[in-house]
Amino acid sequence: MIALEKISRIFEVGDQQVAALRDISLTLGQGEYVSLMGPSGSGKSTLLNLIGLLDRPSSGTYLLEGRNVSDLDDRQQAEVRSQKIGFVFQSFHLVPRLTAAQNVELPMMLAGVPADERQARVRALLQNYGLSERADHRPDQLSGGQRQRVAIARATVMNPRILLADEPTGNLDQATGREVMKLLENLVTQGITLVIVTHDVEIGARARRQLHMLDGQILSDETRAA
Amino acid sequence: MKLADTVRFASGSLRGSPTRTLLMMLAMAIGVAAVVVLTALGEGARRYVVNQFSSLGTNLVIVLPGRTETAGVSPGMLLGQIPREITLDDAEAVLRSPAVNRIAPLTMGTSSISRDALNREVVVLGSTSELLEVRHMTLGLGRFLPPGEIHQSTPVCVLGNKVKQELFGNAPAVGAWVRLGDRRFRVIGIMAAQGESMGFNTDEIVIIPVAAAHQLFNTSGLFRVLVEARSRDSIEQARRDAETILFQRHNGEKDVTVITQDAVLATFDRILTALTMAVGGIAAISLAVAGVLIMNVMLIAVAQRVKEIGLLKALGAPGKQIRNLFFAEAVLLSGIGSVAGLILGYAGSRLIAEIYPSLPVSPPWWAVLAATGIALGTGILFSVWPARRAARLDPVTALSGR
Repeated sequence: MIALEKISRIFEVGDQQVAALRDISLTLGQGEYVSLMGPSGSGKSTLLNLIGLLDRPSSGTYLLEGRNVSDLDDRQQAEVRSQKIGFVFQSFHLVPRLTAAQNVELPMMLAGVPADERQARVRALLQNYGLSERADHRPDQLSGGQRQRVAIARATVMNPRILLADEPTGNLDQATGREVMKLLENLVTQGITLVIVTHDVEIGARARRQLHMLDGQILSDETRAA
Repeated sequence: MKLADTVRFASGSLRGSPTRTLLMMLAMAIGVAAVVVLTALGEGARRYVVNQFSSLGTNLVIVLPGRTETAGVSPGMLLGQIPREITLDDAEAVLRSPAVNRIAPLTMGTSSISRDALNREVVVLGSTSELLEVRHMTLGLGRFLPPGEIHQSTPVCVLGNKVKQELFGNAPAVGAWVRLGDRRFRVIGIMAAQGESMGFNTDEIVIIPVAAAHQLFNTSGLFRVLVEARSRDSIEQARRDAETILFQRHNGEKDVTVITQDAVLATFDRILTALTMAVGGIAAISLAVAGVLIMNVMLIAVAQRVKEIGLLKALGAPGKQIRNLFFAEAVLLSGIGSVAGLILGYAGSRLIAEIYPSLPVSPPWWAVLAATGIALGTGILFSVWPARRAARLDPVTALSGR
């Protein structure tokens, strides 16, 4: 599904070169539930951004479903993001002036899905996530948990194969955080590949496969027995 | 992304910051309104002059003595002759042209006019009965100069409205006698009050038969001959005929000038159109300023919405789509701004028309088109840079809001 081979990412800070990722090789299978853990600066978010095609590696190749996506142009990468990848962020990133329903609709609008089909899918999805009564509320009228659920609905509305979550519970209290995690894990049972970045050990331990990173390298790669 | 969605999304983000959007549209609207109102004024002035000119008469050809072009040394000049004057017979000869409908010879001078103890200076116009119609004048009371033999000097006069008021007050004037210089004239008519027309106040003149004027001023020449062509199409032929006839009568000497009203009109028309365009151009500068404002606001919008742009990219929007979104915003801003400006401009023109009813104010179509075009153009042009900036944002840094 995802195959990274000798991926490096070097940032230029002033006249210094900082390697955020060094020679990372990693393979993730379809339907895997992976947590990326490590201290800040260890390169876990950079790796997530690379997998999500938001960033380009300085060297190495990235095969997504057997296709080399590291040298696609901007438009082609956007297309891959649109069709195959969903993002969930720590700070939700909902558009403040749009209602919950409009936020969920956004990826379909960008992809040019016809309006009536969009309405039906948004309604079904909000129903699924128990947000039907909140559909016409703007983000500032929603609680943190509700906001993250809207964000997850938005991330999954295009039926992506991969869901990338960067500290999805970072801005939530523990109880709501657990609810959100259950929601995400439920998606894994439906066959989605979930990669979650966290520095919360408790959250990270829920994943079947746990990657620990340090200084741009993968320190350990453990898969828990089922 | 579908066009309707792009527009909806762009208008949504404009509504997201209503104050800023309204101020921008106001700037655009003022620019467009300025162009519309100023060109409307210029166009009004142009039409005013054209109307004034047409009120002098229709299909007019004007003959005046002398030649205003340099033609080298003529034999006449060597013999010490001055340009020949235009006589009454010359004027009558012009009537031979089939293109000429009627003529009105004009001679002019000043004289004192008196009635009993009242007297004043007046401009005396010597002409014929045709003048009334050729020159589009209106008679108030009595009769105009009697038709008849052009050389006959009948001692009758027609008074301008103001002259009548000053000499007679409210007393009846028709039938009374007045003294012009050393001659007595019977008042047979009073002109209607017309006021100023092309710098010539018809209320303060006295009109007498041309032959009587020649005797009064002891001359035989004419100041002008107004020639009315049969139709608009025959103006040019009338001009050529008048020239040929007069040159022949003056032994081939080209000592008269024949101009058409149309030619004079065309000159005024050109000057005033140029003026209107110049004023419109100056107003268009304010549109360019509005364009710079739009750029400023779009740049601020890009800076404020960095996270949103990052998100859109993460959700699968390529750079081109982001650019189109900001483009759409600029087009909406300048589009709605120009429509508001057009409404404002037309309202302003109407207001001016109410205040100065004599000025036929109306924005010319080309100015309206140009104003809208420039408004949209600058709006789009000045949003290119901000839109590109948005499109090129790196999604990772954009999302982190750095």
